[in-house]
Amino acid sequence: MTAGVEGRRAVVVALLSTVVFFTLLGVAITHAPGWPEVRRTFFDWGQFKDSFPEIADAFLLNVKMFCIAEAFILVFALLLAIVRSLPGPVFFPLRALGIAYADFFRGVPTILVIALLGFGAPALQLKHVPLSTTFWGIVALILVYTAYVSEVYRAGIESVHPSQDAAARSLGLTHFQSLRKVVLPQAVRRVIPPLLNDFIGLQKDTALVGFLGSVEAFKQSQIDAAATFNYTPFVAAAVLFVALTIPLARFTDWLVLRDRRRRQAVGA
Amino acid sequence: MPEALSLEQVRKSFGKLEVLRGIDLDVAEHEVVCLIGASGSGKSTLLRCVNLLEPIDGGRIVVEGEEITRSGVDVNRVRRRIGIVFQAFNLFPHMSVLANVTLAPTLALRTPRSRAEQEATTLLARFGLADKRNDYPDSLSGGQQQRVAIVRALAMRPDLMLLDEVTSALDPELVAEVLEVIRELAAGGMTMLIATHEMGFARDIADRVCFLDDGVILEQGPPERILTSPAEPRTQQFLQRIIEAGRL
Repeated sequence: MTAGVEGRRAVVVALLSTVVFFTLLGVAITHAPGWPEVRRTFFDWGQFKDSFPEIADAFLLNVKMFCIAEAFILVFALLLAIVRSLPGPVFFPLRALGIAYADFFRGVPTILVIALLGFGAPALQLKHVPLSTTFWGIVALILVYTAYVSEVYRAGIESVHPSQDAAARSLGLTHFQSLRKVVLPQAVRRVIPPLLNDFIGLQKDTALVGFLGSVEAFKQSQIDAAATFNYTPFVAAAVLFVALTIPLARFTDWLVLRDRRRRQAVGA
Repeated sequence: MPEALSLEQVRKSFGKLEVLRGIDLDVAEHEVVCLIGASGSGKSTLLRCVNLLEPIDGGRIVVEGEEITRSGVDVNRVRRRIGIVFQAFNLFPHMSVLANVTLAPTLALRTPRSRAEQEATTLLARFGLADKRNDYPDSLSGGQQQRVAIVRALAMRPDLMLLDEVTSALDPELVAEVLEVIRELAAGGMTMLIATHEMGFARDIADRVCFLDDGVILEQGPPERILTSPAEPRTQQFLQRIIEAGRL
């Protein structure tokens, strides 16, 4: 039997088993006693069509919060990771601060950080400081995710074998030159998948800012659901969040593949 | 004229383990000195100390009259004059061969990129690597990678080269091409301190062979004397084992 025939057979088997599995699952759900009620309150096509444009509009705020926060997080987290990797006793206070920061913001629930900053910071009535809940929500997300993402970067930095740094230093490069040109480029490439994982988390956690009153997709779907006593708007919001993560996941796969190909490339 | 390299009573410990227990060694300009000795005798540590990759615990190291182990010395400036090549090549896998070679000259010596690339291309061609300049390390054989590593060190125009078991990670059929490169360097007058297990090679290339045992240089002299009629029983034992393993 040739490989081509075997490959086609594998595809057919995979397709069949998928169809059977989901048919059984569908039958089980639609034959549940409460299904008609669930279908009416969660999967009402009319409600979906009515609420979707409004929620999609509100979802733009999620995308905006995500983009702004991500840009800052990528930079701040890297700085934090670099600070924590500084060698020598002189930098102990900086390293200790870095550890304290990461421990604190990974320990406190995100929703609490958002609530504390979102309600607390505007109450200070400081001059030149925005009162917008969305602003403080973004700040809270940056603070929390910087702590997480710095750990990802740090794992990447530590995964680069010390002999790479030794080789760079032996050529007369300084600690920072070695970090910038030799260690970080390798570290960042290795942590692209876990970085993306955290960014999917961040995308979803933008919904928590709705708690402060910012009308993002989740808040909007809550408003719609409350107005109609129907939960279909939540499903609409979920569809939007998923639709954003899938392209991001495929993009990462592509980045990882491209890097692997390039490293093994034979030059032209 | 001062020695190219001079070690005086150099000591180094890792925790309680004393690896170097008072090393005295002079290397003259254009001299090739081979360090032989069993694994763990301190050969690699000695080379890493000369390159300041490991701080020493006692004694001093002097390069061309300048003490490089005194406090406050600019380690980056010292390292630019001393090339080191490692057993495991340690090429930068995310850079092309050319980028590996030009990185340090452009960053540490501030050589303009075009000139650094020109010099790198000349060096690569000299060691038969001209057609590999745009390849990435993972696509090269071990022998090619080690030759690139040697070129990378040479691109800094060092006064002194340290070679740390540079053929130990290679398949036997790839050893010769790397040794050939080192022979060429020796013929060109490069001062070298070489840790090696290749006794035949040491005999060919070295002006002097030093036998390291338990953190001290037990015996040193011309290769034909050390390798054929050593005075110390420990050296005799070591060479006997090498002969039994078919490596001499």
